[in-house]
Amino acid sequence: MSSDPGRFEEFDLGSHVGEDRVVGEAPSEAQPPTLLSELRGYLIGLALAVLLTAASFWALDEHLIYGPGIVMALIVLGLAQVGVHLVFFLHLTTAPDNTNNALALAFGVLIVSLIFFGSIWVMAHMNHNMMPARALLEMRGG
Amino acid sequence: MSAPSTALRAGRDPYHIGHGPTADVPEYTGHGAGGPSPKRIVVGYGFWIFILSDVILFSCFFATYTVLIDARNGGPGPQQLFDLHNTAIETACLLLSSFTCGMASLAVARRNLLWSEITLAITGLLGLTFIGLEVHEFLGLAAQGAGPTRSAFLTSFFALVGCHGAHVTAGLLWLGTMMAQFPAKGFKESIRHRYLCFSLFWHALDIIWIGIFTVVYLIGTTTP
Repeated sequence: MSSDPGRFEEFDLGSHVGEDRVVGEAPSEAQPPTLLSELRGYLIGLALAVLLTAASFWALDEHLIYGPGIVMALIVLGLAQVGVHLVFFLHLTTAPDNTNNALALAFGVLIVSLIFFGSIWVMAHMNHNMMPARALLEMRGG
Repeated sequence: MSAPSTALRAGRDPYHIGHGPTADVPEYTGHGAGGPSPKRIVVGYGFWIFILSDVILFSCFFATYTVLIDARNGGPGPQQLFDLHNTAIETACLLLSSFTCGMASLAVARRNLLWSEITLAITGLLGLTFIGLEVHEFLGLAAQGAGPTRSAFLTSFFALVGCHGAHVTAGLLWLGTMMAQFPAKGFKESIRHRYLCFSLFWHALDIIWIGIFTVVYLIGTTTP
């Protein structure tokens, strides 16, 4: 820690994005991040997020992408942007002071996937197996 | 931490149960050898757990919307209702506010009151613009008879997007509180930790919005 600890305290989940850090190694104590290096991290994140957002809105234009592939393209672009936000804005890394955050995120992703894709899967099967309501009414009414 | 001190410690404490700073390990290192992490790391972790639980709450609303998108009872669907220009402006507002919130983090880390207040004010204005556009959209939908009671699809739409809007509104109240507390209480540790949680909250809301504009608006309008 430098002679003035806390002065360059960061407001993110853990370590800083611009720092070269080996997984499992203690944070480097050489230099605190400068305003310029931190600003650069946010600017790179903003530029990437703007590009991905613009790409998402452009992807809707059916002449750009093969029609049936649009939904998949949108999902991929969205996930990529979530990654950009996690790295450049929330500063989630694999550094040792961030291991718990990354593990918690992995667990959250598991639960979210179970809820989201599980619901779609179950309801699609239920709709497939159930008789449509109109046909059921006609059968009852005779 | 140097290699010899690790070896020394491994002999005495093979499982890195943890203790405070000692002569050979003068500070907390964050991976066991130095004992509990600094409070900033612990506070951030706790709030991160809350944010993840909130994301799980949102995933239920996302699943509901996706399942019910065709349950319209003869009512209008996404293609007739959604104005993507409005969505694009809302997206730009929230993304820029996430960026200015990051700028505020840099200013707060350097104890610069003026820049903290300026960047937070811009963040708040962008957030207010977002909420204004959303309320305008909701009122427009209700005026054309497409309120939350019209169909299951619209119920799930208003629940998901409205829940996010409620979060942004709560975030704006929190932002105003922070703008009042920095001049009133100074950049002391508890206030900075509070700001850390706020910035995590605000960035997370933007991540939720990525899901909303992708799933609700963009993918929604591709369905007939």
